Amino acid sequence: MASKLGQLGDSILWTKLDAAASWARKNSLWPMPFATACCGIELMATAASRHDLSRFGSEVMRFSPRQCDLMIVAGRVVMKMLPVMQRLWLQMPEPKWCISMGACACSGGVFDTYAVVQGVDRFIPVDVYIPGCPPRPEQLIRAVLDLQEKIQAGGTIQGSEFEVRDRPEGPPRFDPDELYRIRVRDDLKLKSPQYSPKH
Amino acid sequence: MSESDWQSKYVQRLTRFTVSFTTYRDQHRIRVEPQELKQVLRELLDAGMDMLIDITAVDLLEYEGATDRFEVIYCLLNTESGERLVVRTYLNEPDMELPSVTDLWRAADWLEREVYDMYGVRFIGHPNFKRLLLPQEFASYPLRKDYPVKGRGERHNFPVITRAKS
Amino acid sequence: MPLELLAPEAEGDSKREGLWTLNFGPQHPATHTTLRLVLQLDGELVLDAEPDIGYLHSGFEKLAEVLDFNQYVTIVDRMNYISPLANEIAWHHAVEKLLDIELTPRCKYIRTILAELMRIHDHLLCVGTCILDVGGATAFMYFFNERERIYEMCERVSGQRFHTSFTRVGGLLYDVTDDWLSMVRDFVKRFPQTYDDVCRLVLKNRIFIERTSGVGVLSREEAINGGATGPVARASGVQRDLRRDEPYLAYDDFDFDVVCAAAGDCFSRFHVRMLEMMESLKIIQQALENLPVGPIFPEGLGKVALPEKREVYQSIEGLIHHFESIMPNRQVPAPNESMYAATESPNGELGYYIVSDGSFRAYRARTRPPSLVHFALFPQLIRGCMLSDVVAVLGSLNIIAAELDR
Repeated sequence: MASKLGQLGDSILWTKLDAAASWARKNSLWPMPFATACCGIELMATAASRHDLSRFGSEVMRFSPRQCDLMIVAGRVVMKMLPVMQRLWLQMPEPKWCISMGACACSGGVFDTYAVVQGVDRFIPVDVYIPGCPPRPEQLIRAVLDLQEKIQAGGTIQGSEFEVRDRPEGPPRFDPDELYRIRVRDDLKLKSPQYSPKH
Repeated sequence: MSESDWQSKYVQRLTRFTVSFTTYRDQHRIRVEPQELKQVLRELLDAGMDMLIDITAVDLLEYEGATDRFEVIYCLLNTESGERLVVRTYLNEPDMELPSVTDLWRAADWLEREVYDMYGVRFIGHPNFKRLLLPQEFASYPLRKDYPVKGRGERHNFPVITRAKS
Repeated sequence: MPLELLAPEAEGDSKREGLWTLNFGPQHPATHTTLRLVLQLDGELVLDAEPDIGYLHSGFEKLAEVLDFNQYVTIVDRMNYISPLANEIAWHHAVEKLLDIELTPRCKYIRTILAELMRIHDHLLCVGTCILDVGGATAFMYFFNERERIYEMCERVSGQRFHTSFTRVGGLLYDVTDDWLSMVRDFVKRFPQTYDDVCRLVLKNRIFIERTSGVGVLSREEAINGGATGPVARASGVQRDLRRDEPYLAYDDFDFDVVCAAAGDCFSRFHVRMLEMMESLKIIQQALENLPVGPIFPEGLGKVALPEKREVYQSIEGLIHHFESIMPNRQVPAPNESMYAATESPNGELGYYIVSDGSFRAYRARTRPPSLVHFALFPQLIRGCMLSDVVAVLGSLNIIAAELDR
């Protein structure tokens, strides 16, 4: 059956199934709150009494990646946490999406330090970015609605829209300035210590 | 607390050690030699300083006029009277070792590990001595002044997962 | 309930059969944030726990060395993110002690009101999630509604709902308006109703009491030796509260009780937090009644104090003054000294050890985080308890990962 339908190629039947599948998917997003820091509290606020995320069909928060299809990265991700996040992402079943919530998750935010990953999109694919430190609950709800639109507009039943995204989407791992600093400037500094110990 | 009370309660107990006292805005500080640190702290514990508030360190590499590289600081508190005392000691490379005070105060356990994590000061006699916050395989001590704020690229040393692959 | 009869001897643990190891976190609903525990279990009995932290270590203390005293307040905010203003007040309290600045009465009172609002804010989340973790979602929803009201107040007073960055060295970003004060009055009037609702839901609830009382007991000696402060220490009978013992801000002027308990178990920690909210409400009420009028920056501070925004935008003197306070090479020199100063944050003693090298920026600013010290006590509290008690104990300690790891 599948092979016969496959011969039809991009016929109208496929498009309709895609739309039906996307419609079903977009209205039953199960988010996994990967809440590390401050944004996690706003994520709680979004799900709690006043803002009530369940009005938009995505209130079934599940903390196990096996049961979820939307990862909300809320808060900064540091180098000890990044392997954990990648593993959780790989454990989620297809189709899956990712929202990067807050300035820290999008770009490192105010934490331009040795330990903080400068944007999770350098290491995992991200679908929707939310600015703000932390974003208001309304912004998170807007992002969920945006994602729903995105799923409806481009979703396919086989997930073929994901297959074309085969290269890293974030900024390059190092910017030239940082590379220069790591390779050259630190070495120069180490060669000329300003301080000589007593002994 | 008046100055004389403080003197009789703590200072007189420490006369057999080489210590020096300073005060800045009602905060009393003691400078101790690293070899005598443990005895001084034990003496202070017996004198009533029953809570260890904090252990921390400072890298004096770029501090003007400093003669030593590292300063290790113990903040003590007497929970009965509310008196506070700051004990300071100085260290230089390569002997970056201090006696552990985990047998005096349990609170010292993680605080000492954090000082090691950030500055590389080793505490001898600690029951479970390893890095606390950073990954065990991390090579540098990030709060030293010769370590750059943005790191040496450790934060970018991970594989990239693309959407098609995952 | 701890099963003392079954608790094994320390010797030969590893040889016992049927032991298993459970990894708990870093992604787990009951940790709220990111921390990891490796539990040694015999069936459901917890023999040992080894916490593994650092999953949110983001270099706060390194950033303190590149930002000046006013700028660092934005970073401090993000430390204990369920009561951001309490951190700001603690940070600037330490800076002002270092620079020897005496605040104006109005500024002291406003900061006191804000600090106590933050204590309520913090305890609401801690208590709410503590109840949520042991199985009751109602109180969490009730309390979050109140939290939203405090968020609104933060937004009204500073322009930001969450990370307010509201304090400045020697003062505040803005003076508060009458509008805001009536908001606070309204909150003070209406909050006891929600509080009573939750008390009726929880305090006589048999399930909740059996899940928490007698679990995770911390004795008074252990609390002192382990460095516990704040509600955790007070629940174990350590009668110590920096607001009373080392009065800062305007706490000397108010009449309030220090809530203590003797049992030292999860329920007393929970109950101490509940009762502290009412004490905070009392303080806010008294501060609102006696709020002095006057400036928020002290006279004669010179370049330390930032000028008012209106002055900066509308007069050349204000602009020059602002420029001089902001430019790094023109700022006021600080003494070449070091200073430890602490405040009673909702979680315990939050102190800053600042080493200054004479510039308007800390050479080293160490945070003394209450969460770190409290979490170090965790293995001791959980030994001999059941697996399901892990979440109750974690909830009652109120571990905030960003403060824990910095």
